[in-house]
Amino acid sequence: MAYKLIVNGQTTTVDAPADMPLLWVLRDMLNLRGTKYGCGIGQCGACTVHLNGKPTRSCLTPVSTAANQPIITIEGLSPDGKHPVQIAWEEIDVPQCGYCQAGQIMSAAALLTKTPKPTDKDIDSAMNGNLCRCGTYLRIRAAVHKAAELAGNKAPHKSTGAAVLEEV
Amino acid sequence: MVGLNRRSFLKVTALGTGGVLIGLQLEPEAKAQGRGAPAAPPDPHAYIKVASDGTVTIMAKNPEVGQGIRTMLPMLIAEELDVDWKSVKIEQTDFDDSKYAGQVAGGSTGTPTNWTPMRQVGAAGRAMFITAAAQTWSVPETECTTASGRVLHQSSNRSINYGELASKVATLPAPAPASLKFKDPADYKIIGHSQTGSDVPAIVTGKPIFNIDVTVPGMQYAVFEKCGVFGGKVVSSNIEDIKKLPGVKNAFVIERPDITDAVLPGDPGLENGIAILAETWWHAQSARKQLKVEWNEGPRAQYSSVAYAQKADELSKQAPQRKIREDGDAEGTLKGAAKVVEAAYSYPFIAHAPLEPQNCTANFKDGKVEIWTNSQTPGSGRRLVTSTLGITDKDVTIHMVRGGGGFGRRLNNDYMVEAAYISKQAGVPVKLLWSREDDMTHDYYRPGGFQYLKAGLDASGKVVAWRNHFISYGDGERFVASGAMGPSEFPQRFIPNYTLQSSVMPLGIRTGALRAPSSNAFAFVIQSFIDELAHAAGKDPIEFRLALLDSSAPVPAAQPAAPGGRGGGALGMNAERMKGVTQLVAEKSGWGKKTLPKGTAMGVAFHFSHQGYFAEVAEVSVSPANKVKINKIWVAADVGSQIINPSAADNIVQGGIIDGLSEMMTQEITIEKGRVVQTNYDKHGMVRLAQAPPVIEIHYLKSTYSPTGLGEPALPPALPAVSNAIFSATGKRIRQLPLSKSGFSWA
Repeated sequence: MAYKLIVNGQTTTVDAPADMPLLWVLRDMLNLRGTKYGCGIGQCGACTVHLNGKPTRSCLTPVSTAANQPIITIEGLSPDGKHPVQIAWEEIDVPQCGYCQAGQIMSAAALLTKTPKPTDKDIDSAMNGNLCRCGTYLRIRAAVHKAAELAGNKAPHKSTGAAVLEEV
Repeated sequence: MVGLNRRSFLKVTALGTGGVLIGLQLEPEAKAQGRGAPAAPPDPHAYIKVASDGTVTIMAKNPEVGQGIRTMLPMLIAEELDVDWKSVKIEQTDFDDSKYAGQVAGGSTGTPTNWTPMRQVGAAGRAMFITAAAQTWSVPETECTTASGRVLHQSSNRSINYGELASKVATLPAPAPASLKFKDPADYKIIGHSQTGSDVPAIVTGKPIFNIDVTVPGMQYAVFEKCGVFGGKVVSSNIEDIKKLPGVKNAFVIERPDITDAVLPGDPGLENGIAILAETWWHAQSARKQLKVEWNEGPRAQYSSVAYAQKADELSKQAPQRKIREDGDAEGTLKGAAKVVEAAYSYPFIAHAPLEPQNCTANFKDGKVEIWTNSQTPGSGRRLVTSTLGITDKDVTIHMVRGGGGFGRRLNNDYMVEAAYISKQAGVPVKLLWSREDDMTHDYYRPGGFQYLKAGLDASGKVVAWRNHFISYGDGERFVASGAMGPSEFPQRFIPNYTLQSSVMPLGIRTGALRAPSSNAFAFVIQSFIDELAHAAGKDPIEFRLALLDSSAPVPAAQPAAPGGRGGGALGMNAERMKGVTQLVAEKSGWGKKTLPKGTAMGVAFHFSHQGYFAEVAEVSVSPANKVKINKIWVAADVGSQIINPSAADNIVQGGIIDGLSEMMTQEITIEKGRVVQTNYDKHGMVRLAQAPPVIEIHYLKSTYSPTGLGEPALPPALPAVSNAIFSATGKRIRQLPLSKSGFSWA
């Protein structure tokens, strides 16, 4: 089946089985490999993307469901890698192995869009679906606060999918 | 195309900048060195390239699986080379044992084995730039100094960029290590200063830098279906139907010789199974779901965790099969002890489950194979590949790509040989990717075990006898991989009458080293039991431990070789250093000086492993429903004179502790009918953000010893520090891991 996908602001058509998860379409068909496979059952969050602005596990999202809606992946979170969350992650030196961090960053970015000044409790609740096997949680929490501070100090960030994100 | 691009990039760099230098020339002697032979002294030419524009490229030689080595080793070189860190570019080497020693990620060895050689590389490079400048200016070398990638000649007020000297340096021989002078640590600008991980910018922007991201032109995606029971063979299957499914390119059965030894080899390598190749991984995986296989599961299908536990109980009531260590007379002393404490401890099998599932890309062509891997031991992987494919070392090229976690799982290379073999059979480049279910059910598990302990106290509360019947897996005199306890396991040497005995039973599943191998289980048992003894003696748990550390007997002569736990044991442990961290953690945590509310208490534990001294205190609150909340953990560590990259050090210490908390609370692998029951993260729980301690406060006790590693030694004390705190808070002594089996859960 052919599906129209709107990924990071670009429209593309893929020929894929209807039940093929968006994760594998992104990785193996569109060569967007920043989104990661960890568990395939929505337990780890490494595959998190924004679908219509909402953090979504792409491993459980059939391509047929994702078609015709804006999808933002880690590659499209910002044009220059300078989304406040990305800056904060770098400043705090969050990653160890780094494999989960694309998913963590996508969850954090979605949280800040909805809740610009999150409390620890907000962070715990929004980020609890993202496992970090290396245990960088203390830095993740600190980096979300840092990103909130950075975002608050300047004009709203424009990401590739900014229009969509800001509507939500 | 991570690997392919990198190789061509090297050439382009060399040509494009027109300079280079400390190039890639190789001395014949270095080439002649065998596998694993230390290339001492390391050749600076193999590590440092300086372009004519002054750009410094430093080669990182070790596998990076999140431990931060790709940043840390170049820091050591850059410091002594005397260049600005911001001017340094880091490049990962291939596996090349003719040029680089110790290309391994394991045992927290990266720091202690590289601390001197990598600084020698930098110091040698710096000396060569000084030589080149002195020759250029016709001045004595002793009048030249360096700073920020320049050689300076103060009296004539001249300075020159390393880049301008690069072509001259390329022709110079490396100076003798004895002639090199290291910097005074007080002058360090890079070492001891936090440096962001070199791959962090690529990680946060989703660049395809992990092994799972490698692509090669013309490659097909492979899955490999194996029997859930080790050694199971394909009797029949519907493989012809599978070949006709959408996107499927190829499918074939792989048959291997039977392994009949009661103790499985450390890395059995390629196993029986069915390979399916397709145009995307999803097509291969979907086809696999239609696969119907009749397996001959063989004799290992009889095993189960329930039966292992029953057998351990039987063995505990019988005379131990063998004696590992006997000092004094434990049995006799126990008879006359003022107080005897007896307890049975156990811990389960657990899986590594690094977040990046096992994968490898291989391209076998014309009798040679090119491999992209995140292996922690690429050299061992090459050995498996050459022996299985019938080729030689020189036919194998191994590109080392970043791995999404290791934790010891990638010390074994089964997936590497699978990819290489499948590529050879299929005649195409292959990207093999295991599903998470493959990973959980085909791991090299941390062996479970049982320890039956009995100790005696004299009237003053001093431990005078200790007996441990250690029940593990193996056959006769042999233990399964990572299933041994060595004769010097703590508190041997600190108790005059000490007996360690063992019994084993057959296993039938693969086992291996998990982060802080053996220590990750033994510290829980030993530090919990010592806590029991402290309470039985009516002593403060920290005072009791300090007294125990004070009672060290002289280190006895080495005993005959016996299977030792990797990195653990009291052998080589300096009691004074352990006392130091125990006193420090007591002071920093305010031990014994706080009034805590009911249901809240502190616990302590220490452990020596991988040359690291760690003492940890946990403050926990436990609800009447056994919900556990960790309020704070304090850590005191002595890993020598220098913390090389403080940011990375803190991160990995915190991570090691959180990893230990996952093992403590929830993780367990069980076996039924020879198969692993837990197939994914939902059944083998990991600490999540909301459950992590809000604060893990770390204090490094800087000692005069050479720096050692941090990947492992922070983990082991975390489990008993918390479970001892739970005891203090509730009176409930926990002797079985994970805690969930005793009704505990995270708040």
